[in-house]
Amino acid sequence: MASGSLNSNLSGNYRRRKTVDKVMTVIAYLCAAIAIVALTLVIIYVVARGINVWRPAFFTENTALFGDGGGIYNAMYGTAMLVLLSMAIGVPVGIMAGIYLAEFGDNRLGDFIRFVADTMAGIPSIVVGLFVYGALVLIMGWNAFAGACALAILMLPVISRTTEGIVRMVPGELREASLALGLPQWKTMLRIVLPTAAAGIITGVFLSVARAAGETAPLIFTILGSNFFNTNPFEGAMAAVSLYVYQASSSPYEAVQEAAWGAALVLMLFVLVLNFIARAIALRQKV
Amino acid sequence: MERNKTRADNQPSGSHEDPRLESQPGNRDGQQKPAGAQGQTSGASGAQAQSMEVQGLNCFYGGFKAVTDVDMTIRPNKITALIGPSGCGKSTFLRALNRMHEVTRGGRIEGKVLLDGEDIYAPNVDPVQVRRKIGMVFQKPNPFPTMTIYDNVVAGLKLAGSHKKSELDDIVEDKLRQAALWDEVKDKLSAGGTDLSGGQQQRLCIARTLAVEPEVILLDEPASALDPMSSMKIEDAMQDLKKRYTLIIVTHNMQQASRSSDYTGFFYIEAMGEPGQLWEFGETEQIFSNPERQQTEDYVTGKMG
Ligand SMILES: Nc1ncnc2c1ncn2[C@@H]1O[C@H](COP(=O)(O)OP(=O)(O)OP(=O)(O)O)[C@@H](O)[C@H]1O
Ligand SMILES: [Mg+2]
Repeated sequence: MASGSLNSNLSGNYRRRKTVDKVMTVIAYLCAAIAIVALTLVIIYVVARGINVWRPAFFTENTALFGDGGGIYNAMYGTAMLVLLSMAIGVPVGIMAGIYLAEFGDNRLGDFIRFVADTMAGIPSIVVGLFVYGALVLIMGWNAFAGACALAILMLPVISRTTEGIVRMVPGELREASLALGLPQWKTMLRIVLPTAAAGIITGVFLSVARAAGETAPLIFTILGSNFFNTNPFEGAMAAVSLYVYQASSSPYEAVQEAAWGAALVLMLFVLVLNFIARAIALRQKV
Repeated sequence: MERNKTRADNQPSGSHEDPRLESQPGNRDGQQKPAGAQGQTSGASGAQAQSMEVQGLNCFYGGFKAVTDVDMTIRPNKITALIGPSGCGKSTFLRALNRMHEVTRGGRIEGKVLLDGEDIYAPNVDPVQVRRKIGMVFQKPNPFPTMTIYDNVVAGLKLAGSHKKSELDDIVEDKLRQAALWDEVKDKLSAGGTDLSGGQQQRLCIARTLAVEPEVILLDEPASALDPMSSMKIEDAMQDLKKRYTLIIVTHNMQQASRSSDYTGFFYIEAMGEPGQLWEFGETEQIFSNPERQQTEDYVTGKMG
C-alpha cells in the first residue's frame, strides 16, 4: 500500500514535469528554426540577386553610380584597407585594455574603464561616425584613416571585454605555476596566460572585425565614398563595399541597383568567412 | 625522436654545467660537492641542497592572521614533512617559504626566512630569484596546456633566456628521469602536457620544477589527487631527489609522512579563527613514536582528524 501512495505522489509531479519539458523543447526548436529560416532566406535571396551581377569585370572595374554600374574593385580595396587599418588601431589597444582589466582592473579605475567600454558598445555607430567627423575629418578632410578610426572605436569595447573575460578564465594555477618557476609577472602574462587565452581572443577579434567590415553609417561621414581608385589612406575620399551597397541601392539607374546586390553578396561572403574562421578557431581550442 | 644516449655522451654536458655553478656565488661555502659525485643519474645536476631557517614567521591574509610565530630549521638533503588538520596553515606556511604567499591577495608576512643564512624577505631581494632557488609543486597537477611535454619541462629555462637545443634535450631527459617519468613519455615528448594522466602530469610538474635547478623544493600535497600507485611513484622519486635537493612536503597521508620523511612538523590550530602554529617539530621517528604533546599523538594515531 505504502508503495502505491509513494508511486502516485511521485508520478503525478513527474508526468507534469515531462509535459512541461516537452513543450519547452518544442518552443526552443521553433525559435531556432525561425532564426535559421530567416538567415537562410537572407542568404538565398542575396545569392540569387547578386550572382547575376558577378562577372570578371565586376571585380576589376571601379564603381560607377550611373550607367551600367561598373564594378567594385576600388570598393574592395577600400574595405580591405579599412579592415586592416582599423585592426591595426583597435586590436592592440583592445587587447591591452582587456588584459589590464583582467589583471589589474579590480579597482575604481578598472570599474570606470569597464563602464566606459560598456557605454561605448551601446553608442549607435552613426554617432561614432559623427564624432570622428568632428574630430578628424573637419581637419584632414575625407580619408580612410578617419573611417578606420571610427571602426576601431566600434571594435574596441567588444575586443577589450572579450579579452578580459577570456584572460580571467585562464586558471590561476597556471599563473602560480609560472611564478613558482621564477618567471616574472610580465613574462607569465605574455608567455603563459596570453597563449592559453589566444584562441578565445582571436575568435573575439574575428567576430568584431566581421561586424566592423559590414558597418556603413560611420563611413558616410568619414570616407564619403568614391568612384576612383585611391591608395592613400590619409588623403581623399575612398570607397568601401558596405558604403557602395548603400549608395548604389538608392541610385535611380536600375543597373546600378543590381550592382548593389552583387556587392552585397561579396560583403556577405566576406563576413561569413570571417565568422567561420572565428568558429573554427574557437572549436580547435582545447580545455 | 631517437634519443639513445649513453653515459659517455652525457659527460660533456656535465662539464658545461660548471660555469653555471660558478655564477651562483655565496651559496657554496662548506657544502660544495663535486658535480660528478651526486649519484648515478648524471653529473649535470647543478643544484646544491641548502638549509633553511624560519624565525618568528607570521602569515596574514589582510587582517587575518593564518600562521603565528613559527620557528623551524630545515636541514639540507632531508625531507621535512608538514602535517596537521585542515585549515591549520600548512599551505600558507609553505607558500611563505618561497614568497608565493604574497602573490595571494592580501598576503603578507612578518618574521624572517633564511635560505642558507640569507633572508629571502630582505628589502633588496627579488622574489623572482627566490622562486628560482626554491621551487614549488602544487596539489593539483598544473602543466601548461599550450605546451608539449618537452616544452613543459624546460618552460622555466626557455622563457627565462635562450638555451641551445642540445642542452635542452639533455635537461629534458635528465629531469624526466629524476621525476621517474622518462620511460613513460620518452616516445611522445611532443604530445601535449595535459594529454597525460593525472599522476604523470604531477611528475611532469616535478620535472618542470627540477629543470630550473632549485635548491629547495616545496611540495603541497603532491599526491593527494592521485591513486596509490602514482602516489608511490612520487614518493620513490622523492627519495631519489633528496640526494640533490632539500624537500619540504605537506601531506595528509600519515604513512607517507612516517615512511619517507626525516623530520616532521605538526601544525595545529587551537580554536576556530585562531592562527595555526607549529605545535611540535622533530625527527619523524620521534614525532610518530614518542611525541611530546598530546595533540600530536592524537593526530598521528588518527584520533583527531
Ligand atoms: N586566499 C586566502 N584568503 C584568505 N584566507 C585564506 C586564504 N587561503 C587560506 N586562508 C585561510 O588561512 C588558513 C590556513 O589555510 P591553509 O590553506 O594554509 O590551510 P592548510 O593547512 O593548508 O589546510 P588543508 O590541509 O585543508 O590544505 C585557513 O583558515 C584559511 O581559511
Ligand atoms: Mg593546504
